[in-house]
Amino acid sequence: MSKLKVVHYINQFFANIGGEEKADYQPELRDGFVGPGMAFNTAFGEEAEIVATVICGDSYFNENLDTAKKTVLDMIKSKSPDLVICGPAFNAGRYGVACGTVAAAVKEELGVPVITGMYKENPGADMFKAKVYIASTKNSAAGMRDAVKIMAPLALKVAKGEKIGASAEEGYIPNGIRVNFFEKERGSKRAVNMLLAKLAGKEYVTEFPMPDFDRVTPNPAVKDISKAKIALVTSGGIVPKGNPDHIESSSASHYGKYDIEGVTDLTAATYETAHGGYDPVYANDDADRVLPVDVMREFEKEGRIGSLHRYFYTTTGNGTAVASAKKFAAEYAQELKNDGVDAVILTST
Amino acid sequence: MVKEIERAGIPVVHVCTVVPISLTVGANRIVPAVAIPHPLGNPALSAEEEKDIRRKMLSKALEALSTEVTDQTVFDWVTV
Repeated sequence: MSKLKVVHYINQFFANIGGEEKADYQPELRDGFVGPGMAFNTAFGEEAEIVATVICGDSYFNENLDTAKKTVLDMIKSKSPDLVICGPAFNAGRYGVACGTVAAAVKEELGVPVITGMYKENPGADMFKAKVYIASTKNSAAGMRDAVKIMAPLALKVAKGEKIGASAEEGYIPNGIRVNFFEKERGSKRAVNMLLAKLAGKEYVTEFPMPDFDRVTPNPAVKDISKAKIALVTSGGIVPKGNPDHIESSSASHYGKYDIEGVTDLTAATYETAHGGYDPVYANDDADRVLPVDVMREFEKEGRIGSLHRYFYTTTGNGTAVASAKKFAAEYAQELKNDGVDAVILTST
Repeated sequence: MVKEIERAGIPVVHVCTVVPISLTVGANRIVPAVAIPHPLGNPALSAEEEKDIRRKMLSKALEALSTEVTDQTVFDWVTV
């Protein structure tokens, strides 16, 4: 039997082209495997082989979603693959969205078997888990070996049209599809076992996880914006020059609160970004591009808003756990409320 | 963070580059931004033109905050 032809989609980082300064890299098609493709080829053995790799910068893909998707898809199609693998993207948000977008398009538009892989908190996971198989990976590239161990066999099964087992058996992120099956033990016994485990403080797995509908109802609009006190918040990591509170460049453990009384313009000499997830050149040159203090001050002067709140809040959204971001914001939102802030403009990169 | 601010009872507008992420996470008022490394600016433009774009985007953000919404809404400002 001849080997299955595989096309692999990766970003500029895993292709060893560069980091954030190369995130605007345009799609490129290369023959053979690149970077993590080698581990996949080894895992595939005699069954499949990566014949080509499509590389695209994460920022380029996300900022030019439609054109990038089309170009990447045409490149993949030109190799008439039997199987496509995207990533894995771990906890890289833009990479996850790119992998999910490419994978969904390969499945829907080309009708070719495809899988991707990412960390469960990657925004791409929620967006695409119902459309394609997404192997559940760790949150950093240190988990590459484990990811390949799950992805390679899953990919081969998908390519050969074999029956795919439950998410817990195959290692993909639950896609919401339920399948009937017979349990070895009857329900009453399982329930009692679960209860005993719970009472003994042992681990147990529920058979009916509560759905996670985390939506917040929009608040009423601001009645008169020209009288409103408005606060700026950002996940773009803008901090006073020198990053006095040492906010981490990724996976932030805390946020900063900074006084901008009397500040009318953020300059290269006074502010910078601590964010490690995008090319910092433009933000370091003029932080107003991320945290628009200059224009908000103009609006304040022109009477278009009541006032700009004296403090801004900031953290780096790069790989930061959802639970941390939630905790930060729950905390400072109370402060904002106590300070009589009427509305918030939150900027993200 | 947007949701926690909203949950605290403060209307909030999310100015962000990757709108699909904002929609997935659950922001209610969204203004699309320019680019990931410079969401509210564009270094390819002159300083005046750049500020003009920033004013346009923030005007849209104020409009979003002043608009009643019942569901997730994207407030588009006109790009070139």
